[in-house]
Amino acid sequence: MDFSHILNSKKITLSVVLSIFSLLFTYKAFAVQEQKTQEIAVESKEAEKFDPSATILEHIGDSHYFHVGGHIAFPLPVILYTNKGLEIFSSEQFEEGEKVYQGKYYKYALIKDKIKAVTGEDKTIDESAGLIDFSITKNVASMWMSVLLLFIIFFSVASAYKKREGKAPKGLQSLLEPVILFIRDDVALPNIGYKYQRFMPLLLTVFFFILINNLIGMVPFFPGGSNVTGNIAVTFVLAVITLIVVNVNGNKYYWKHIFAPDVPFWLYPIMWVVELAGIISKPFALMVRLFANIMAGHVIVIALISLIFIFQTLGIAPVSVAFTLFIDVLELLVAFLQAFIFTMLMALFIGSAVEEHHH
Amino acid sequence: MELVTPEWGLVAWTTITFLILLVLLKAFAWKPIMSAINDREKSIEDALLKAEAAKEEMSRLTGENESLIKQARAERDLILHEAKKVKDQMIADAKEIAHKEGARMIELARVEINNQKAIAMADVKNQVATLSIQIAEKLLQKQLEDQKSQDELVAQLLKEVKL
Repeated sequence: MDFSHILNSKKITLSVVLSIFSLLFTYKAFAVQEQKTQEIAVESKEAEKFDPSATILEHIGDSHYFHVGGHIAFPLPVILYTNKGLEIFSSEQFEEGEKVYQGKYYKYALIKDKIKAVTGEDKTIDESAGLIDFSITKNVASMWMSVLLLFIIFFSVASAYKKREGKAPKGLQSLLEPVILFIRDDVALPNIGYKYQRFMPLLLTVFFFILINNLIGMVPFFPGGSNVTGNIAVTFVLAVITLIVVNVNGNKYYWKHIFAPDVPFWLYPIMWVVELAGIISKPFALMVRLFANIMAGHVIVIALISLIFIFQTLGIAPVSVAFTLFIDVLELLVAFLQAFIFTMLMALFIGSAVEEHHH
Repeated sequence: MELVTPEWGLVAWTTITFLILLVLLKAFAWKPIMSAINDREKSIEDALLKAEAAKEEMSRLTGENESLIKQARAERDLILHEAKKVKDQMIADAKEIAHKEGARMIELARVEINNQKAIAMADVKNQVATLSIQIAEKLLQKQLEDQKSQDELVAQLLKEVKL
């Protein structure tokens, strides 16, 4: 099959579009430069050199503000647990990290996007507060939005099933039914076996939770822009849930395999260590895989966009945009793939724990 | 390092959120959805099984019909055959009866004819006798018209009488 002519024509169209795009913007940029030459000259002395790694870390990390665009950001509630009691206030009080807020018990300041108890205006960290940050951060807010979306989607689908009992699926229902059946027939059933039904709600919830957070994370502006599944805390929770579910449901064959495997008894202590490491390493791998994949996608996208600011020219923008587009499409695949892999491996681990052995 | 250190606040919120999501979706989404899908699959399977059974029943009925038709055909042939036999028998019987009757009637006719012949003969005999007597009478009358002949006869007869 020869599709080269299509590829070639697309390349031509793309490059033409991009060159026009870049021409327009370089012209504009020049125009703006001329106008503001003086201002820039003044500012450039103070302006720090653009630091891409800081930008990247800021974007993939959590925040106490939900950025909409430009300098518009929603302040989010701050909930702090200190050794003296709870503190609840709005992150507005920090004024983008400029100010120190005097709370009920301590003074707080935003240092590198993290809330710390401080002793005074000089932002010296006060370790004695025993501060634990339970704030509704950007990730929590974004996660709640995706959970709300999940509720809306699946409650409506469930009601569609009730309304159209015994009939062929329709609309959203017919879009999601193949996915649900895929989880059942190709993920749960082959890996867990006949006991699969008990784990279906968990597997479906995990799959759609990861998927929707992956997808929302790909939207670069509000209500997206967060990095929920690319945050180690979130994948940590999912991994711990896997760990608990697998080991709570482990049957006697599973535990026998760990504590009394078919090896000479003097090897038992070594086997115990190895098997216990296995118990921990399986969910650990789950945690790192999802976290690293999603985070890497965000890092690459921001790094590519950062090229524009590193080279300080819009000429690079078409290249950045083209590569970002490519990575975004790849990330779309990864969003589905990682949700699938996580669910698949979870089912596999559960399956190994509930499997009846026939040696 | 900061990137791979989970923040406990986010861990706590994620745990709470995920558990609530799991519980609510399980109760209000996955249960009705899965049961609806299972029910529908079961009903489709049932329908397919029923269709299969109906097909089998159909083929069984068709076979039965065919055998019935065959049987009916055989029966018809038998009946026809028997009817033919009966017909032949009847014809033969009728022929025989007719034959017998004919013979009997011929016999009767013959007897009658003979009777009639006998009667006629008797009649003829009577007629002949009567005629003979009449002729004889007339002849005698004629012969005995005159006195002389009468005397002669009487004389003759007297002569014949032997005392």
